[in-house]
Amino acid sequence: MDSNRNFVVGIFEDEDVLLHAVEHTREKGLKIHEVYSPFPVHGLDEALGYKRSRLPIAAFLFGMTGTSLALLMQIWMLGYDWPMIIGGKNYASLPPFIPVTFEMTVLLAAFGMVGTFFIASDMKPYKWPRQFDIRSTDDKHVMAIDLATNKMSKEEISALLKSQGASEVNEKNF
Amino acid sequence: MQVTSSIREPLITGGKTIRDVSEDISRQVEGKPTKLWWGAMMISLTLLAFGFYCLCTLLWEGVGVWGLNKTVGWAWDITNFVWWVGIGHAGTLISAILLLFRQKWRMSINRAAEAMTIFAVICAATFPFAHMGRLWLGFYWVFPLPNTWGSLWANFNSPLLWDVFAISTYFSVSLVFWYMGLIPDFAVIRDRAVRQGHKLRANIYNALSFGWDGAARTWSRYESVALILAGLSTPLVLSVHTIVSMDFATSVVPGWHATIFPPYFVAGAIFSGFAMVLTLLIITRKVFKLEDYITIYHIELMNIVIIITGSIVGIAYITEFFIAWYGQVPAEQYAFFNRMQGPYWWAYWSMMTCNVISPQLFWFKKIRTNIVATFILSIIVNIGMWFERFVIIVTSIHRDYVPSSWSMFHPTMYDMGEYVFTFGLFFSAFLLFAKFFPVINMAEVKSIIKSSSEKKH
Repeated sequence: MDSNRNFVVGIFEDEDVLLHAVEHTREKGLKIHEVYSPFPVHGLDEALGYKRSRLPIAAFLFGMTGTSLALLMQIWMLGYDWPMIIGGKNYASLPPFIPVTFEMTVLLAAFGMVGTFFIASDMKPYKWPRQFDIRSTDDKHVMAIDLATNKMSKEEISALLKSQGASEVNEKNF
Repeated sequence: MQVTSSIREPLITGGKTIRDVSEDISRQVEGKPTKLWWGAMMISLTLLAFGFYCLCTLLWEGVGVWGLNKTVGWAWDITNFVWWVGIGHAGTLISAILLLFRQKWRMSINRAAEAMTIFAVICAATFPFAHMGRLWLGFYWVFPLPNTWGSLWANFNSPLLWDVFAISTYFSVSLVFWYMGLIPDFAVIRDRAVRQGHKLRANIYNALSFGWDGAARTWSRYESVALILAGLSTPLVLSVHTIVSMDFATSVVPGWHATIFPPYFVAGAIFSGFAMVLTLLIITRKVFKLEDYITIYHIELMNIVIIITGSIVGIAYITEFFIAWYGQVPAEQYAFFNRMQGPYWWAYWSMMTCNVISPQLFWFKKIRTNIVATFILSIIVNIGMWFERFVIIVTSIHRDYVPSSWSMFHPTMYDMGEYVFTFGLFFSAFLLFAKFFPVINMAEVKSIIKSSSEKKH
């Protein structure tokens, strides 16, 4: 992140007021840097114009990897590497391999997707997030607007946020 | 827009604001542990120490210290294993299946229930490992690892091996699901620590929260992860006890060889899991003063789940009997006759009383909304579920096809000691969780404050 950027930070108390404010602010042509909330607000990602997350695709691909690996492992181990007759069945009989295949699919899909989530969101245990207002994990919704990417002046943006129901408007410099 | 329904009872009482949620739940993490907590911890650690002694004796002397004999080769160990795995079903069921059904009442109870799941599965896993006797070789026997015998690989045709995969996957995925839920709440505690000037605590909880920022983009991804995890966990929960039941159902032992075992075991698992959630939460809400978050309404809804699953279990018992009689296989008929009237009649009738009759009391609204009655019945249900596994396992094998080898099972101190060990483990782990982690999912509860909370009058 480049340093020394100025932000106007609007604080909202209520999620519905926030949603309207986001829609209205974007209609006015303002670019919103990001909104920080203590809990997931339904419809906020669409209001901000974010595309649907592609994490389900990642989960599917990881899951398919799990399925293939589990099947290959079992067929190779019991069918080719050390074939043995168990219960009079074929060496590589498919039905008994299904439970392990299912479990491996779920395991890889879950871990792969969560790992992808951490990488995509750039989350690491030793990283401190940039916080526009520390109350955003408690009970406030925080809308941050980058002055560099917008043509409006600080005062105009402040007035707009206030008119949209922001309980306070602050400035933040990173 | 969220709309408040006037028909539904509020899920959060006491006119709580979003701020109160952070305050009420974080307080017990930030404060010093109470005398009550220390007392409970000392008792748990004593149980753990005694059980650890028994476990070490078992590892040193061998499985012979247990009361098993040639006829009854599986008894308390596998009974306790199935019992704990069953208890471990409620957590992920609450958080995954109720999430898919959009049941908001899950939000106050899912965190503690998932923690319970994880600890219960750990307790369950100690039994097969102890039963292997040689713990250090166990990994070669249960996981397909290259070894110096060939490699002679694990037998993927065996339900016991499916069980290894099912339970280890269930444990890992439940752990991830639980941890994902904890991340935003760790950030709440971090930011409170920053404001209170606790640097060390802030750093620890920041690391635990992976540097959570609460941005809309992160929440959006987070929500899709939660949804997909729930979708993956739902069949997973059902698969685990299905596979546990196959340990028995794929054998040719009369009393075990039944096709209704998978659904019957899954219902029993949910039944006992909810009972254990109730036992734990009734204590937790009292100790941490969470009566406004875990309300009588939550307890009532859980009791309704207990009536449903308890009735399914009752029907399964009756079906088993009917099929044993109707199937006209003498060995099968004898196995069931022996359960009811044989030397283990007391275990059978304890099971029937605790599992079939006692949950029916919850049809009365007075009983299912009464905390003391619920607490007592939740313990009775778990005693009954322990007897169910004991009856299925021991009475089916103590009188086999050869009458000369018929025998009885007598547990030794070491059988009981291992059970005590898991109680010590379970309660110490739960107490640690209740002290250091937020016991209620703050982020989720905050999201329903507007729609489902009782307003101040």
